[in-house]
Amino acid sequence: MTTATIPATGIDPFSPEVLADPLPFQAWLRDAGSVVHLATHDVYAFARYEQVHAALVDWQGLQSAAGVGLSNFRFEKPWRPPSLLLEADPPRHDAPRRVLSGILGPRALRRLRERWFADAERLVDELLDGPDEFDAVPALAEAFPLRVFPDAVGLGPDGRENLLPYGNHLFNAFGPPNALVEAGNGRAAELAAWVGAQCTRDALSGDGFGAAIWAASDRGEITPEQAPMIVRSLLSAGVDTTVHGIAAVLHAFATHPEQWRRLRERPDLARVAFDEAVRWQSPVQTFFRTATRDVEIGGTVIPDGSKILMFLGAANRDPRRWTEPDAFDLARDPSGHVGFGMGLHQCVGQHVARLEAEALVTALAARVSSIEQVGDGERHLNNTLRAWASLPLRVHRA
Amino acid sequence: MERALELRVVEKAAASEGVVTLTLARPDGGRLPDWAPGAHVDLILPNGDTRQYSLCGDRWDAHTYRVGVLREPAGRGGSAYVHDELRPGDLVGVGGPRNNFPLVPGERYLFVAGGIGITPLLPMIRQADLLGADWTLVYGGRTRASMAFLAELEAYGERVHVVPQDEFGLIDLPRWLAEPDPATKVYCCGPGPLLDAVERGCSGWPEHALRTERFVAREQGAPARSAPFDVELARTGRTVTVTPDVSVLDAVGRAGVEVLSSCRQGTCGTCETDVLDGIPDHRDSILDDAERAAGDCMFVCVSRSLGDRLVLDL
Ligand code: FES
Repeated sequence: MTTATIPATGIDPFSPEVLADPLPFQAWLRDAGSVVHLATHDVYAFARYEQVHAALVDWQGLQSAAGVGLSNFRFEKPWRPPSLLLEADPPRHDAPRRVLSGILGPRALRRLRERWFADAERLVDELLDGPDEFDAVPALAEAFPLRVFPDAVGLGPDGRENLLPYGNHLFNAFGPPNALVEAGNGRAAELAAWVGAQCTRDALSGDGFGAAIWAASDRGEITPEQAPMIVRSLLSAGVDTTVHGIAAVLHAFATHPEQWRRLRERPDLARVAFDEAVRWQSPVQTFFRTATRDVEIGGTVIPDGSKILMFLGAANRDPRRWTEPDAFDLARDPSGHVGFGMGLHQCVGQHVARLEAEALVTALAARVSSIEQVGDGERHLNNTLRAWASLPLRVHRA
Repeated sequence: MERALELRVVEKAAASEGVVTLTLARPDGGRLPDWAPGAHVDLILPNGDTRQYSLCGDRWDAHTYRVGVLREPAGRGGSAYVHDELRPGDLVGVGGPRNNFPLVPGERYLFVAGGIGITPLLPMIRQADLLGADWTLVYGGRTRASMAFLAELEAYGERVHVVPQDEFGLIDLPRWLAEPDPATKVYCCGPGPLLDAVERGCSGWPEHALRTERFVAREQGAPARSAPFDVELARTGRTVTVTPDVSVLDAVGRAGVEVLSSCRQGTCGTCETDVLDGIPDHRDSILDDAERAAGDCMFVCVSRSLGDRLVLDL
């Protein structure tokens, strides 16, 4: 088969209309075929679970080192030095990944558990001392990660407000150079410089993830040149994604009161709830790969060097894989969703995100008998992320 | 239906006097879990014996693993079983891959192999070459005929120094290790006396310059079970039986207790579960040796039980 015979569309997945409500376009893509050509950017799209999953794990055939955004590093210079984790493949990916997955692994996080649960209770207590109605984006979704994560990394107190705009721009930059990217370009250099300055050994406290990364370089597991870049990965990928994941789970419960009742009866479902929300909303919607050779996918040959856009959000709602995919349902086993990716490049911080969300949801479930969304809220548009600008909620105290 | 990783021997070939290579693949032809140079797998032989072998194939081939197995006359029967009994077509259980011997970044590498210790170094060499690092291999063995993979190594030309003992005696370690070089990482794998000698030789080298892996016959615990076992779910008080053809994850799930999972390969860590009693048969790629020995947690997507009964905090 050739490009001419596979389904194609002129719709731009990064247009404001699609970003504001990606579900209809994703449903169309899934139904159109296992591979679809996106004429606007001359890339191939995978939207079904089977192909997205296969593409995610096939690092040999579909590389990340040419960039996981639209820009093809084989031909274009990236706007910042490529990430040693996200934008690298074996063998260069090995040492950074190994070090970071040790530091962020479930065993290593056990020491944070109690502290984060206590922090979540305090935040919820403070919030519930105020009015019944509030915007959950600043009050919870941003507040909690910003309270615990920078401390866990070991950042200094100043400038933390730069983290969200930096992450937002970074995730926009994976898409085409559209208005969203232009809007961020003005501050990009300044934000990147601030983030860079936080990654040195001296800027980090002695007991956090950052110091642990530097300690690994002292043991020769990574080089001293790699250490700050790996700290940068934490700061780049660790904040916005968690914020939007938490917003997703809050939005899910606010619009599914019966699921909130269920969680209140069984608070141990908090972990499942977060993963189900990640499946249902897919805070990270898309990532690109680049074919390392001519690769055949479902009868279509994708030529060497082509960009492939994987729709994680579409795969997570593919009815070929999930029953009633549009339902947020705690009775479902969301295992196997690709909201954190899959395979070698699977989100190395997933356990951190889960722990943050579990702490916050558990604290809320103990104090709040019901949550409702007040109005539609307002989406925040980003080329990669599915996010809320504002999520007005009303709560009833238990 | 998910089950612990079980691979088919698709090829068994002589690599030298006393060494065979096994090529393993999934019966359904699917992808195998990713690995990096230095990784080993546990082979759970049909007789229940478990042995560790370094992966020495090509990680760019996601569909097969290759291991080299030395016949150890003084061994406890595992290697003899592989040499004499195991046939192409047979199924073996596989745990891991795990990596206690990772290749760290370096400008230069000195690889020192003794005998079958060449196996973990083979993929490291390929990788060092790909990265454009400056590297040297010194490979010792009893006789040329006993040394595996010489033909493969020939392609690297002068970087490879082959030292059969009957021709040249033991590796002249003082020559190779005399000058500590802060830019060089020394990787050594082989029999105990070689490792000891290299450790002594590196005493004046910077800390962390030397990385070793010892091929020692580890204290063998209970053999892996091929019989069903019971898993007691402490919080719910229920007991489920896990038959050989299902994972603990699935058996528990069928009993209505869902454990979150993701990779189902023992690599991501999502399905971690606390073990309250019993001895897990660890098959994940995550825990280090100390954590495995502690036995207080397991990854239920792949790990199993050594005894009749496990009690999980579920
Ligand atoms: S699901 Fe990934 S380790 Fe078990």
